[in-house]
Amino acid sequence: MRKIGVIVFPGTNCDRDVFYILSEVMHLEAEYVWHNRQTLDGFSGLVLPGGFSYGDRLRAGVIAAHSPVITEVKRMARDGVPVLGICNGFQILIESGLLPGALVKNEHLCFVCKWVDAKVRNNHTPFTKLFRKNQKIRMPIAHGEGRYVAEGQTIKELRQKDQIVLSFLNENPNGSLESIAAICNPEGNVVGMMPHPERASEKVLSPVADNIDGSTFFQSLVHHLGDTQTK
Amino acid sequence: MSVLTTAEFSYLKKSLNRRPTETELQMVAAEWSEHCSYKSSKKYISRLPVSGARIGIDSGFDAGLIEIGDDLVLTVRIESHNHPSAIEPYGGAATGVGGVVRDILSVGTRPVALMNGLRFGEINGPDSKVNQHTRWLLQNVVRGISDYGNCIGVPTIGGELEFDTSFNNYCLVDVVCIGLSHTNEIISNLADIDDLLFLVGGSTGRDGIHGAAFASTGLVHENRSAVQIPDPFLKKILIEAILEATKNRYIRAMKDLGGGGLACCLSETSHNLGKGFDVDLSLVRLREEGMSPTEILISESQERMLLIVGKENRESLEKILAKYDLGYSIIGKVSFGKKIKIRYNSEVIADIPAHIVTCAPLLNRKSARPSYLKRKYATRVDSPKDIGSILLELLHRPNICSRSWIYEQYDSEVGLKTVLRPGEGDSSILWLGNGKYVAISMDGNSNQCYFDPYQGTLGCISEAVRNVICSGASPVGLVDHLQFGSPENPQVFWTFQQAVAAIKDYCDFFTLPVIGGKVSFYNEKNGLPIKPTPVIGAIGIGHNLKKIGRARLDPQCSIFLVGHTKEEMGGSEYYLSYHRTDTGNIPKLNLAEDKRNALAISNLISSGVVKSVHDCSRGGIAVALAELAINGNTGFDVDISLTSNSCRRIDSLMFSESNSRYVVATERPKELIEILRDSRSQVHCNKIGYSADSSSVDTIRYRNGQQILANLELEKLKLVYNNSLKNMLNDVRI
Repeated sequence: MRKIGVIVFPGTNCDRDVFYILSEVMHLEAEYVWHNRQTLDGFSGLVLPGGFSYGDRLRAGVIAAHSPVITEVKRMARDGVPVLGICNGFQILIESGLLPGALVKNEHLCFVCKWVDAKVRNNHTPFTKLFRKNQKIRMPIAHGEGRYVAEGQTIKELRQKDQIVLSFLNENPNGSLESIAAICNPEGNVVGMMPHPERASEKVLSPVADNIDGSTFFQSLVHHLGDTQTK
Repeated sequence: MSVLTTAEFSYLKKSLNRRPTETELQMVAAEWSEHCSYKSSKKYISRLPVSGARIGIDSGFDAGLIEIGDDLVLTVRIESHNHPSAIEPYGGAATGVGGVVRDILSVGTRPVALMNGLRFGEINGPDSKVNQHTRWLLQNVVRGISDYGNCIGVPTIGGELEFDTSFNNYCLVDVVCIGLSHTNEIISNLADIDDLLFLVGGSTGRDGIHGAAFASTGLVHENRSAVQIPDPFLKKILIEAILEATKNRYIRAMKDLGGGGLACCLSETSHNLGKGFDVDLSLVRLREEGMSPTEILISESQERMLLIVGKENRESLEKILAKYDLGYSIIGKVSFGKKIKIRYNSEVIADIPAHIVTCAPLLNRKSARPSYLKRKYATRVDSPKDIGSILLELLHRPNICSRSWIYEQYDSEVGLKTVLRPGEGDSSILWLGNGKYVAISMDGNSNQCYFDPYQGTLGCISEAVRNVICSGASPVGLVDHLQFGSPENPQVFWTFQQAVAAIKDYCDFFTLPVIGGKVSFYNEKNGLPIKPTPVIGAIGIGHNLKKIGRARLDPQCSIFLVGHTKEEMGGSEYYLSYHRTDTGNIPKLNLAEDKRNALAISNLISSGVVKSVHDCSRGGIAVALAELAINGNTGFDVDISLTSNSCRRIDSLMFSESNSRYVVATERPKELIEILRDSRSQVHCNKIGYSADSSSVDTIRYRNGQQILANLELEKLKLVYNNSLKNMLNDVRI
């Protein structure tokens, strides 16, 4: 059985939601990993869920990025293990240097929670491989600091290396450059995204006609782990 | 600050048989404040029915309990934080959320949803200073709730909002919290001699000193030091640590520290448990130097909980607290007798029976029918020429327009339970995981309660219950929050009594219990009381999520109106905002008709024939239909003269706010009529028109027979409805 680690920092608040979707809906083995854990041997994938680690003090994600567990996350990321950061998890991946750029306060300065449209621009990562290229999807966002910014050179590289995974469609809800909603590292195994796929994984909770685009991120992972195991 | 009245002081002296010490006096003053003791209201609210089939209220708990089967239990609590929010809106609103969350937590249940009811002064009235102040209050209250609720990971799933002149330069912030847990994890609330008293969470400082007393007088001075400081991050880890300890059954009894701080917490807990406490205040962790023992005792610093723990579980609990890096200290233990003994190092500074502190002498307040009610009702208003422009004007009004600017700032989905988000239905819906769901709605209407507190309150309850019915749920209980000016004013007190009488009459008729409530007096600014503002929360349980009613119109449906419209224009949004007149009779509730209509709608929803449903309230039939069209992005054509009504004028029929009415849309009109006939429900139900054939038809049309009353582009309606509040708030950057 392939085991997915759900990394929990003080203040993380989507850990139970992600754990539920992984274990009850995707039937994967999931395990909570507390922030001070020193070793992550035995995990085939890692998810850093959303929330307010350390109450967003100093800057969203910056304190969590210096937790003991992050050293291990970095090592596993280097080894090609799939790592997904959602919302605050994305902020932590950026603050720990696993992904480039920065996530700053939304352009309109307010927290924003709503369902938005996005386009899948890279469908080769372990979390997006079951999407079609340029597929239009719908998912909720919920963040105050989700405006992706980076210097011109970084943006250029992101484009060249196909590192822009999702971009917002129709409306840019936070003022991100290039309407960026998710990016990955050049290898593609580390993905950070502002939308919450775990909130769009069950029909009963979906406001848009049984839409569960979010579950495809986790199904892709299941598919990917199956692939890598047989190789 | 506030101490006791002369009469209260002699009563205390007589009960004690001696003079109280200074510390005892401060403890008693905090507990006997109106805020904590309900000394004006207790006699009346104790008459409300509190028991029901699935309801358990244990006097030792801070929240009402609802059994929902499968060993699951829901808890509900309503609270307000009006005075603090009026002077420091960000911190006041945030700590308001924090307080109600602790109440839910102290029962041992996980907080799973928040709602709020907000009231402000005018936002687009004639006085630009008032408007600007309202904007400042609103933006900061919303930011306070958003920052706090989002951070602790509890979704804010809905609420309500009202603007009125009587709240100018003031505001009401009511917060509801829902908890969910397994029945066997509920705290037992028992204690044994020598059990330890853990004070866990935040350290104690000088913030919020005299907060309870501050909330028990009219707002004259802006005493900011009485407002507490929020720390949602600390609250979040406190929640997780306490729930972990609860699951392992390490906690025997628990209470949050709210109004009156340790003084009220210790005396109420001791009284509920029937046990004595022996406490040393020098063991309390402080964040400021030089605090006197009395300051420590009455500080209302936030994010603190009192845990009573058996000695055998001390180490296990300490391990959990260490895991979460939570500060704590053991400040004393449970003792023989029923007295609270408080020491500071070795000096005993209070030694007083708990029941003396907690049982304030109740007051007999005078009441008198307000003189303003003697006004004349029969003023004529002009007949308008253009119904369409009135409708657009109403959709633009702050009391009707879309609240999306507010609710988009709240995380409404964390926890994976939210089925209907704010704005999607008449009530908010939480999925409970056992196939059932809970529907909750909050409603208030200060204008109608001002013109007739009894009928106005009935109207609020009826509206809240209608909203729950529209979601396909059966109501199981109410929570009420009664907000008034000073109870020392007999005319204000009369309106309070009327509101309580209305709740009692409604609950008796529907056999619904009141599972939680709160009374807040002294809501005054510079000596002027607010309008009477009971806020009612209705809670319902439903079983089939496939059949929940959504408040959005679909194409190719027949539209029906259930209920009877009367010429009841008093306090209506149309009369107040368009004609600017306070004449007319407010809607009168016919309890039997209200019940008949509610049963008929429940019946239709459970039969699966209903595609969408929406209750008629502010703005009447006209606004209800427009909202359905806007939410569903679908136009319609209706003839409102086909409704059952006794209106003399067509504008009254369009905009009357008569109770007990619902708009229903269905793809199977014949079946709907048959179901109503077969069930002999004897309700007024009339087909009034159709929704558009496809979404390409984007006009809405109201007719009076052949005469077209209004023919409007849906896009225009959407623009007005969706952007109105946003525009009012963004006019002036602060």
